[in-house]
Amino acid sequence: MVGVTEPLLLAVVVATALAFDFTNGFHDTGNAMATSIATRALKPKQAVLLSASLNLVGAFLSLTVAATIATGIVDSDIVTLEVVLAGLAGGIVWNLLTWLFGIPSSSSHALVGGVVGAVIAAAGVSGVLWSGLTAKVLIPALVAPVIAILVATVGTALVGRITQDVPDKDNDRMFRWGQIGSASLVSLAHGTNDAQKSMGIILLALIAAGAVPADSSVPFWVILSCALAMALGTYTGGWRVIRTLGKGLVELSSRQGMAAETSSAAVILLSSHFGYSLSTTHVATGSILGSGVGTKGASVRWGVAGRMFAAWMITVPSAAAVGAAFYGIDVLIGGTAGSFVVFGLLIAISAVIYGWSRRQPVSSSNVNDDWDPAQQSESYVAESVTMHRPEIMRVKRKELKRAKRRAKAARGAEEAARRRAAARVAELKDEPAVRRGSERDGER
Amino acid sequence: MSEYVEWGALLNVLLVGLLVGAGLPALFAVGVRAIAGPGARAEDGSVSAGRRVLAWICFGIAILAIVGAIAFLAAGGH
Repeated sequence: MVGVTEPLLLAVVVATALAFDFTNGFHDTGNAMATSIATRALKPKQAVLLSASLNLVGAFLSLTVAATIATGIVDSDIVTLEVVLAGLAGGIVWNLLTWLFGIPSSSSHALVGGVVGAVIAAAGVSGVLWSGLTAKVLIPALVAPVIAILVATVGTALVGRITQDVPDKDNDRMFRWGQIGSASLVSLAHGTNDAQKSMGIILLALIAAGAVPADSSVPFWVILSCALAMALGTYTGGWRVIRTLGKGLVELSSRQGMAAETSSAAVILLSSHFGYSLSTTHVATGSILGSGVGTKGASVRWGVAGRMFAAWMITVPSAAAVGAAFYGIDVLIGGTAGSFVVFGLLIAISAVIYGWSRRQPVSSSNVNDDWDPAQQSESYVAESVTMHRPEIMRVKRKELKRAKRRAKAARGAEEAARRRAAARVAELKDEPAVRRGSERDGER
Repeated sequence: MSEYVEWGALLNVLLVGLLVGAGLPALFAVGVRAIAGPGARAEDGSVSAGRRVLAWICFGIAILAIVGAIAFLAAGGH
């Protein structure tokens, strides 16, 4: 490491890039595995383990790393280490926020947004190539779900028609295998594409700091650490996002899941083949929606989907705002100290978001629970609209309230009965009722 | 508009996507129907050789597609 100009700054940037890689894996597990988890083709833990392993393999599969970041979107002369750091921080914060709300959103768009924001803060709006941003990021975000919905709708309809008189048991058994195969492909593609983005960023940072020569290839430790960071993120499992994708949009069967994942894999790989990269997240979400559209009698919760589309539209501006703020703080404090403050701030924000998430944890144990209408009132609206039955909303709401009241009353009665029984037992056995009570609490 | 949208690439993605992304699941479904559909099992529960061959041709094409996709990824075509 001779001739490194700012070793501490470099270390901070590398750590942040790896952190972004982690959130990337963490946030995007659902794209590949949500359907397999929802249809019970794989147990939740098995699914994330498989996905993490394939991410790891994918990261080593191809090493054509382009040492560029947001090429054609921002003026590459402005991209300094501080800009990269602020951009990464913006991407991480947006990834964590969307994860908190269980919204699948594109990690690469978050990164682009963060960098765009930092560039605007550094050099003004002229530093951004707006037509590039529109053509490469904003329009594909609109186009990707449409294409995926079309492909998955046709695929699901065909599959449904062909196998309609096959026994459900046989369908489930065989389509689960198909589903695992296509989901694995999505994981592999994700590992290859996205881990390489982080490798590219770290390489760029190393070159900028003079730690490696400009024509250097990616050092092995960079490949290894990026692959591991992403695999670890994937294994941790963004259960909140998985839950929304697998249970929130459509109630999936194995046949739908298989058609959706195949459509995702096909569209993702073809789009990169034809040089028109579409975001994995947008494609995967579109495919799942399509699998609902293509199934007779299935209802799609368009309310939940609408919230996602809204989040995709604001991904770039929001991440840009955070990126710009971080860059501003960095410059305001100045020098390496500024970058340290940004790094510290990032850790603090992440901790707050994590703490928030614990108030309503989603884990491998409750990821497949039924989508709770009380929590997601708009799903009723969506259902009543898609099925053209406005009465669903009203009736079910009323029923919901009644059911809640009944449940509360039942709980109260049960509790009272148990207390009475405990008191009686205590009297009979001449034991203190308090101890019995605490035992009972322990049981529950 | 054409400045912002690459219509050619988009059309390619859509058409080939439909062919592969919808065609492969359909082919897989044909395979499933061949070995598990109505009339596939004889009275003793066995499946005729013809149906087995048809099913495995369908599954084989699906497996080939996966292998091809992995090769595409490994070749750096992403």
